[in-house]
Amino acid sequence: MVSERTLPSFSPLAGRRWPEGSDEGQRERVRSLHRPSSPCRDLLPASGEKEELQHRAWAAAAAVPDPEVPCVTVADLGILRSVELVDGVAVAKVTPTYSGCPAVLAIELAVEAALRDAGFEARVERVISPAWTTDWITPEGRDKLRDYGIAPPEKTSSSIRSLFGEIEVACPRCGSSDTERVSEFGSTACKAHWRCLACREPFDYFKCI
Amino acid sequence: MGAAVAIDRETLVTLLVRLADDHLVLGHRLSEWCGHAPMLEEDLAMPNMALDLIGQARALYAYAAEIEGRGRSEDDFAYLRREREYLNCLLVERPNGDFAQTMLRQLYVAAYMEPFWKAAASSSDATLAGIAAKAVKEVAYHIRHAGEWVVRLGDGTEESRRRMEAAIEELAPYIDELFEDDAVTAAAAEAGIAPQPSSLRPAFDRIVGPIFAEAGLTFVTPPYSQRGGRKGMHGEAMGFLLADLQHIQRTYPGATW
Ligand SMILES: [Zn+2]
Repeated sequence: MVSERTLPSFSPLAGRRWPEGSDEGQRERVRSLHRPSSPCRDLLPASGEKEELQHRAWAAAAAVPDPEVPCVTVADLGILRSVELVDGVAVAKVTPTYSGCPAVLAIELAVEAALRDAGFEARVERVISPAWTTDWITPEGRDKLRDYGIAPPEKTSSSIRSLFGEIEVACPRCGSSDTERVSEFGSTACKAHWRCLACREPFDYFKCI
Repeated sequence: MGAAVAIDRETLVTLLVRLADDHLVLGHRLSEWCGHAPMLEEDLAMPNMALDLIGQARALYAYAAEIEGRGRSEDDFAYLRREREYLNCLLVERPNGDFAQTMLRQLYVAAYMEPFWKAAASSSDATLAGIAAKAVKEVAYHIRHAGEWVVRLGDGTEESRRRMEAAIEELAPYIDELFEDDAVTAAAAEAGIAPQPSSLRPAFDRIVGPIFAEAGLTFVTPPYSQRGGRKGMHGEAMGFLLADLQHIQRTYPGATW
């Protein structure tokens, strides 16, 4: 059905597009665009205009801050999966961080509002598969978290075998790795509570899942 | 899991509701600790785990409602059924008891769910697979957290050990029910949707065994096993739990905020 056909989707990081999952190691920041398959190409507006619209829609949605960790945007966290123009409607795909993340609804509403403010008719879809992982946080996002005082996720944790399993988490303030975990569960579902033994400051650690 | 054999709608809904009820009821039990935990960190940890569980329950109820196709919502499932319509296992509805008992129950359920979600992550049902892929990581944290407490208390003071041993005895009759197969689970396994509960026992033992060993604790074989939750037959505790869980919706039908 022609009207159901989706127009090209746009996502800011090559290889980070749903559904392939994470792309550890790939750090290149390439603006990429799916090319529509030939039968549907005729239905599109001129490609320059199209591209421009896609970019604008993505930029509007991508700028939305996370309500619980406002130093990073939904794009930095990798929870904004894509924004596509479908029959003139900007369709944003958002994935929750945790099953019970209470911010999911707030994020969806904020993304929808941002798209409307940018002049789009908008719809937000929740995708749960594949599951979000902290590997999808962009390098910029990790830097922003650290600057904000939240230690970004370390790659090696979350093994259930490592009972009392120690991971090394560097203090986001002084950089010391002389730190200890106070609690596995912190102020929000996505964070654990740690403290630095060098500078004595407590800090949040963004858990690796 | 096996090739795609069709499963009828009612069976799939039953399977999903059982799972969802396990998570809702345990999430509710954990939330009862909010404001009462022995230390601030635990006061954060238990509602955090409850949030994971209730989030998983919501996704499962919403999916069950969609498949059922009778216009019920996730809230209708959570708040507006009668006791006999809840299909959770008896373990999750057991009263919290003391902190030792709550943590042991948490370990048992997490050690049961971890292999379940792992298998369900490659389910032939894409929605369940998606829920599972997320849940399997969350449940790993629950195992670590509860496991650490079981070790700490089991291998702690005389008093903490006494309490952990009492918890083992108290909860022992409710473990076998977790691993019971029946026509619903058989149909789901046949269709490649979810594993047979009995197949999860070795993985459960592999998780709990080393934790008990480290804590110097031993399993006790219960004199009898309690069953019936999957058919809607619950213990006395369940009615009180539901009264607490449902009273807003029962008093003010359709209340929202
Ligand atoms: Zn420091």
